[in-house]
Amino acid sequence: MKRELLKFLLFAIVVSVVPAFVSGGYLLNVLVFVGIFTMLAVALNLLLGFAGQISLGQAAFYGLGAYMSGVLTASHGMNPWVAMLIGAGAVGLLTFVLGFPILRLKGHSLAMATLGLGIIVYIFFNETVDVTGGPSGLSGIPNLTVGSFVFDSDLKNYYLIWGFALLAILLAVNLTNSRIGRALKAIHQSEVAARVLGVDVHLLKVEIFTISGVLSAIAGSLYAHTVMFISPTSFGFNVSIELLTMVIIGGLGSIYGSVLGAALLTLLPELLRTFQDYDIIVYGLLLILMTMFMPGGLVRGIPDAAVALYGKLKGGGADVER
Amino acid sequence: MLRVKNINTYYGKVHALKNVSLHLNRGEIVALIGANGAGKTTVLNSISALTPPASGEVLFENEPLGVMGADKVVRLGISQVPEGRQIFKPLSVEDNLELGAYLRYRGREGKDAIRKDLEGIYELFPRLLERKRQIAGTLSGGEQQMLAIGRALMARPKLMLLDEPSMGLAPLVVQEIFRVIETLRAEQGTTILLVEQNAKAALKIADRGYVLETGKIILEEKATELLNNREVQRAYLGKDKKEIWER
Repeated sequence: MKRELLKFLLFAIVVSVVPAFVSGGYLLNVLVFVGIFTMLAVALNLLLGFAGQISLGQAAFYGLGAYMSGVLTASHGMNPWVAMLIGAGAVGLLTFVLGFPILRLKGHSLAMATLGLGIIVYIFFNETVDVTGGPSGLSGIPNLTVGSFVFDSDLKNYYLIWGFALLAILLAVNLTNSRIGRALKAIHQSEVAARVLGVDVHLLKVEIFTISGVLSAIAGSLYAHTVMFISPTSFGFNVSIELLTMVIIGGLGSIYGSVLGAALLTLLPELLRTFQDYDIIVYGLLLILMTMFMPGGLVRGIPDAAVALYGKLKGGGADVER
Repeated sequence: MLRVKNINTYYGKVHALKNVSLHLNRGEIVALIGANGAGKTTVLNSISALTPPASGEVLFENEPLGVMGADKVVRLGISQVPEGRQIFKPLSVEDNLELGAYLRYRGREGKDAIRKDLEGIYELFPRLLERKRQIAGTLSGGEQQMLAIGRALMARPKLMLLDEPSMGLAPLVVQEIFRVIETLRAEQGTTILLVEQNAKAALKIADRGYVLETGKIILEEKATELLNNREVQRAYLGKDKKEIWER
């Protein structure tokens, strides 16, 4: 646990000094999105990497958070912080109530159910034009403020969002190193064994689903207040797949892997603009290649590959044990 | 201590247990033997509420278990060592054991008591101490069985349900496991319900035994008598008719 805390502090320091080395607002703006996707990827990793429960509808919770914040502030003039709280609470309630029936399902059925949930919510954003503005989006969302301090620049938003992202990481690290974390890994392995040890498997799954949903909703609220404009395409099926790719590329069950995955998949398209509309194909390819050659994700895959390469260079070519 | 009264358990439409009744007294080792598919595991799962019976009653220290979830059953002091061990392979040995105490972390006794029990387990199975940081999946079959038993003990059970502890193990290792089971009863007074294919080994350490056949209990006797029962010898102890009749 001490080592985990040290790792976290080191990471927090790196995060806080990065802006000093970044010239130009554009890259900083991208890093803000890395922060948002870090929260989302960590949220999904708790569910998928630790508890072993898939969700293809994460974008729905992200979108619900964003729209709750957007609609309550832009159309009803509510305080953004209160709106964020209401959004997180509403999504928490929704995921808790929906979690009971949905998480009775396993494997493919669970994937289908969460996929359906994501699509229903996406359609809802598009069709309730009176409330959400429909496909043309919702604008006029205010920035977050503390007193007279307004989070209106990239730098300010960077610290705001990474502050939240760091909190999410700390929560996740703490959770996964506790008895709850062990129980989640146990569920992943064998539900029968977890149950005979007294783990209330179903309730625990619902709880982690709820935590994952709430974290995603908060990320959504932050997105809405940073970009100040939201439209349904930011919360479609593609986004759920993108999140899945981030988690798998980074490494299932590795919190910092999720950060890496989020960073890579946010930065890559920015760097390789040529991909544009074909990005989903690139994600698909990445997913296939990763699961084939680095099933542990980059966080475990790169050190393994390095060790293997070192062995080959030495001429031994001995098999590397995992 | 445990009374199972006329339970019926179904898997969908399959009637797996038909009016099964049995009981265990405190401190007893009771063996449940029977052929493949007779319903031995289902009896254990019905008690631990993994597959709650459709009718009938399971009473533990006069409390009915029927309507509880599996976690409440553990809380009352019944631990099951599931069939095929089901250890958590990617986790370390110590993490596996700590998971056994899952429900106790919130209790009043605190972490020191858990720590102490952990040391107790290592005393019982020194091999686990040597390998406590090792990934559980890399243990040998026998060590995995020890880990599964140790993990169940971490819940401080009054009653242990052991499902085929000898499965897939070398005869010498089986002996060792059964010795530990006897030690548990002798030193901690744990009551044990033992399901076994290896009927001979089970009946040797048991006080009483039940014979289960196609979902029904067909025989209940002292273990020594079951060992000498000709029908049991023929069906479960691997002695054929000739050997018995021509003796």
